[in-house]
Amino acid sequence: MNSAVKSKDGAGIDFGRALKDGVLIGIVAFALLGPLVGLKTDQNMANELILQNRLGLAAILSVIIGVGRFLLSAFIYPWIAARGRRSKSAVTLAELEARARVTRGLSVTGLVFLFVYPILIISLFGVQGSIKWVDNYGVQILIYVMLGWGLNIVIGLAGLLDLGYVAFYAVGAYSYALLAINFHLSFWVLLPVAGILAAFWGIILGFPVLRLRGDYLAIVTLAFGEIIRLVLINWKDFSGGSAGISSIPKVTLFGIYSFDMGASNSFIKAFHLSPSSAYYKVFLYYLILLLALLTAFITIRLRRLPIGRAWEALREDEVACRSLGINTTNTKLTAFAIGAMFGGFAGSFFAARQGFVSPESFIFMESAVIVAIVVLGGMGSMIGVALAAVAMIGGTELLRELDFLKLVFGKDFNPDQYRMLLFGLAMVIIMVWKPRGFVSARQPTAFLFKRKTVSGDLVKEGHG
Amino acid sequence: MEVFVQQVINGITIGSLYGLIAIGYTMVFGIIGMVNFAHGDVFMVSAFFALIFLLVLTSWLGIASMTLALILVMVVAMVLTGLLVWAIERVAYAPLRGSFRLAPLISAIGMSIVLSNFIQVAQGPRNKPIPPVTRDVYTLWEGANGYPVNLSLKQIIIWVVTALLLAAFWYVVQKTALGRAQRACEQDRKMASLLGVNVDRTISLTFVIGAALAAVAGTLFLMYYGVVVFSDGFTPGVKAFTAAVLGGIGSLPGAVLGGLLIGLIETLWGQYVSADYQNVAAFSILVIVLIFMPQGLLGRPEVEKV
Repeated sequence: MNSAVKSKDGAGIDFGRALKDGVLIGIVAFALLGPLVGLKTDQNMANELILQNRLGLAAILSVIIGVGRFLLSAFIYPWIAARGRRSKSAVTLAELEARARVTRGLSVTGLVFLFVYPILIISLFGVQGSIKWVDNYGVQILIYVMLGWGLNIVIGLAGLLDLGYVAFYAVGAYSYALLAINFHLSFWVLLPVAGILAAFWGIILGFPVLRLRGDYLAIVTLAFGEIIRLVLINWKDFSGGSAGISSIPKVTLFGIYSFDMGASNSFIKAFHLSPSSAYYKVFLYYLILLLALLTAFITIRLRRLPIGRAWEALREDEVACRSLGINTTNTKLTAFAIGAMFGGFAGSFFAARQGFVSPESFIFMESAVIVAIVVLGGMGSMIGVALAAVAMIGGTELLRELDFLKLVFGKDFNPDQYRMLLFGLAMVIIMVWKPRGFVSARQPTAFLFKRKTVSGDLVKEGHG
Repeated sequence: MEVFVQQVINGITIGSLYGLIAIGYTMVFGIIGMVNFAHGDVFMVSAFFALIFLLVLTSWLGIASMTLALILVMVVAMVLTGLLVWAIERVAYAPLRGSFRLAPLISAIGMSIVLSNFIQVAQGPRNKPIPPVTRDVYTLWEGANGYPVNLSLKQIIIWVVTALLLAAFWYVVQKTALGRAQRACEQDRKMASLLGVNVDRTISLTFVIGAALAAVAGTLFLMYYGVVVFSDGFTPGVKAFTAAVLGGIGSLPGAVLGGLLIGLIETLWGQYVSADYQNVAAFSILVIVLIFMPQGLLGRPEVEKV
């Protein structure tokens, strides 16, 4: 850091100091990576732990880290400092409007692309070949987009950090699974039921905890998420325990056609198509796309209602809100319940899509991923959240495809393992680099006479 | 009666470990008002440091004396974990000081994911069992129904080490210049810096001290259970946080008291109510305490300032 400060005075790049930084960091890295990476514990034939010597690998990694730090100190920090001096001035109104136009253009293009995506994929890869692209990428990413948008109401708009969002996802999934299996109700009946149940749980859990502030609220929601998961594991009569619930019925085309191959009203037989699960996947794709867009639409409309404005005011300054007569408990509770409801919708979709639910799908890591998406996308920005979901989920899905890396790193290399590691790193790096997320500028929803610039950086964060 | 005494002994043992971890949470929260979410995973990494150095000492260097090995392992784990946390604090937390309130928490969640997955990638996802360090068990007395009350050497080690460390730690906080700087920063950071306290360094050292205590807990955890796995950080982390909250976050004696209480409640709940719902009990205590008694047992009530 010091080198950056020094070179800002125009003294040029201080290579000596950068070198010292780099060497020091390299040594620290080796002290830490030496044992953790360099000495791998492994079990031998007699089931005893032995150490495998990989100190060479640890040394290479440490050198890379040291060189990286040297480059950072020598070139990147001075460059950032120099750039920071030039563009200190606030964003002008014209720039803001240009940005808004870009955002609008982006949303329209994105929407059109999303609607033609399955058709595009089928024409490119054929019916059978499309499954992977529509299901693994399309549906998977859209579920997280929807969850991100749902949680965005709680974190992005109302400023309440909810680390247990996955609990509502679980409530939705289990309500669909249990009600569909025990009472033979259709997905279309149970979708709203699952949403209402999740919202109901949101109110039950929210009522006692919403008096708490920031970090405390985060930890309590985390605890609630874990409690729900542990109860699902241990209450075997109710939820089937860790074995979960299987053979959950599929979604039907509004009860007219079924996607089960053997059924009398089978969609495939009715239209004389070749038997393939691809049609069901495409149907699921459009279903989750519409559900996600419903979430987005409702959020956008709510932001213009008094309740939406109250949420955003609450995020910025809770004490001011209270002094202006806003009922903070009710305001928080509605945000919590509406967010939970969308989580419940997504959960019942998830159960219908997988055909199987188990508590394994609702671990804390899942909550952390959704929080990461909302935070990285820029809290409150719909486009940002969607982009973050595409980048994080799509990107980590892509890791599974990188088989050629096995040629570089050897047979045992499994890129899938690095998924969460990269996820966590991205979370830290983006927080440090851009604490307000990818898309940090926001259009104010309320203004007096004319729009003024409001960028995320200028807004003071309340006690959310 | 014998069962009860036995469970109390077990509860105090596990509770001391929670207490050691909880100090890290409570000190960091006291000084910068941040929940160091990665602290549980730091504890897990320290257990891995201990595991690796135990193997280096016993199988490579052939040290036969377990006492010597344990002491060396503990010191190495403390130093390396302190170094690790110093690096984490510089990279992930220090740049966020003065940013909005949730930023450091989110960064810490990211760090926690990084640590546990890094260990999974670097050391493999499987359980890492070690042969028992000692098998000595002393029977205190035998009940009428033949049920013995046992106190193992491991448990005695944990009690003694915890007590010694807490004494040393209390001395550092109460009697040294560093401790004075720490308490000053806790009360008023701006004023402390005006009076010549190096606030940044004090905060870093606070993290490092917390990490060193967690490293002791990690070493003792490895010795007590004889096994560690990459996902071991989360649950003890949350329980230790519960202990910190129960004792009153920001209060050091509170953290130790909370740790012992959580350990006792957990083992007794497991014995008398339901072993399946042991963790549910711990998490429920967290929720109940935060809702009804956010200032905890020994903490000061928080005053909201505009």
